[in-house]
Amino acid sequence: MSATAQTIEAMERPPVTMASRLEGELLEVSMGPQHPSTHGVFRMNVALEGENVRKLKPVFGYLHRNHEKIGENTSYLGSMPYTDRLDYFCSMTNNWAYALSVEKLAGIEVPERAQYLRIILAELTRLQNHASLLGFLLNDMGAWGTPLMYAFREREKILDLFESLSGSRMMCDYMRFGGCRCDTPPGWMEQAKKIVDRFPRFIDELEQLVVGNEVVIGRTQNVGVLSPDLAINAGITGPMLRACGVNYDIRKVDGYGFYPRFKFRIPLGERGDTYDRLMMRVLEMHESLSILQQAFAQIQPGPIVNPKVKLRAFRPPVGEAYGRIEAPKGELGFYLISDGGPNPYRYRVRPPSFINLTVLEDLCLGHTVADVMVILGSVDIVMGEVDR
Amino acid sequence: MIGTGILKGMAVTARNFVGSYFDKERLITVQYPEERNPLPENYRNFPFLPYDGEDPHAGLRCVACKICEKECPPQCIYIVKSDDKKPDYMGKPQFYPKIFDIDISVCMSCQICVEVCPFEAIKMDKEFELSKRERFDHLLLRKEDLSKPNEYYHSICPTDAIDVDAKLAAAAEAAAKKKAAAATPAKPPAPSGSSSAPVSS
Repeated sequence: MSATAQTIEAMERPPVTMASRLEGELLEVSMGPQHPSTHGVFRMNVALEGENVRKLKPVFGYLHRNHEKIGENTSYLGSMPYTDRLDYFCSMTNNWAYALSVEKLAGIEVPERAQYLRIILAELTRLQNHASLLGFLLNDMGAWGTPLMYAFREREKILDLFESLSGSRMMCDYMRFGGCRCDTPPGWMEQAKKIVDRFPRFIDELEQLVVGNEVVIGRTQNVGVLSPDLAINAGITGPMLRACGVNYDIRKVDGYGFYPRFKFRIPLGERGDTYDRLMMRVLEMHESLSILQQAFAQIQPGPIVNPKVKLRAFRPPVGEAYGRIEAPKGELGFYLISDGGPNPYRYRVRPPSFINLTVLEDLCLGHTVADVMVILGSVDIVMGEVDR
Repeated sequence: MIGTGILKGMAVTARNFVGSYFDKERLITVQYPEERNPLPENYRNFPFLPYDGEDPHAGLRCVACKICEKECPPQCIYIVKSDDKKPDYMGKPQFYPKIFDIDISVCMSCQICVEVCPFEAIKMDKEFELSKRERFDHLLLRKEDLSKPNEYYHSICPTDAIDVDAKLAAAAEAAAKKKAAAATPAKPPAPSGSSSAPVSS
């Protein structure tokens, strides 16, 4: 990253001149919810001085569909397909977070093969999420379509894996309390290995497109700098926090699942700007690939689900539990309170992208409208999860 | 030097463009209506009710226990139990659904009805080209639309269908053995067993 830092100093953006401003007057613009680069139905009320952002107020709720209340009125099992619809890019990690909190609540053991399979699926999810995020980010910067299509081509291969395993590309609904729904079909693991072996070629191509590209550097370096203090105080998690240089990854901190058995590094950024956030995704993809290779080497045949867990009339004991995992976007947690009945008394989701979005105004102040789109893209939001 | 990064990126684009003519991995799209990718065996889209034999009414496995109706997360199944009984695959008289509706505009293909069904009576279909001319009545599938022969299930999910058939045959055999064991030691219960047959016909 230091080699590219020198290039940017040579191309520092010109200061805002008086002529480019509307003297003393603020122009209020409502961006979204139909704006093409707001990643869904997200709306920002932006106060502009000339082209510079002076105030930014996010408006949520266009995709609100009562997820938590529905969760309190359906059975524990019935909430599982609804969690797919939270962050519809990563349904496997959503399933895992929910299954993990119910398993904590009821004290359910998960068989070994299911644990490995969950890690494989979570890391595949991370790969496809980061790949498509980078595609969308470049799309927002004006590289219309081309990198996005390359990213989607790779994502499609992983979605085909999900489809042949769970029956659906995006709404997988695959994990169950105490394991997974069904075992892998014959030949699935070989196909997954093949795709993971071929994946570095895509990352290399993407790095060639992104890392040294002057346009990308000019648009992203020193744009939307997030300080570590603010990030910690605002509760930011995931790649966005690690881009500021804070070493916090729930896979290491909590060691849920079988992650303590794996060797992997946590990439960290230095400045916390958009370029660091972008590179963080590229580096995390490399680490995910190494976790996947280890998991393929370690996974053994065996039972896929705990036979003691009843599918119907599942009633966990009275109590409360908070299960959290490192989803591709940050800490995803489910908080459940059980009163002993068939459905939870309280069902609360801690969505990563909603909380990461709270610092958007701090990131955008002083930058131009065009930079707002790039910063928003680097936060990595999915409106299904923000509004719930 | 400024500009080399952009040139490198252009080289990647050019490699992908030229490569798409030769490398199958770089061009993975198909011309959809004429050309189709095969569906994986686990693929699922909307449930259907398989029936054994020729007659959709006589062969229907559903006994209207309403478990799927209760467990369905978006509550898209509507069942009314029959007043009379018909024999199931084991020859035992059972209720059957007088009405069995699935609103596929509500159904989210989550497969929970299939997992909770104790009678293997509801399975996931693979049909996905379901555009309809009318948006209310045509999207509500009735029992007649949902009933499909077991051969159809064999054609879409061969491995699962063979397992299910073996399971049902084993259950029927066990039931027949039990009945035979109950019938042989004492003759008197036999008429009561045969008297149930006319009810079923």
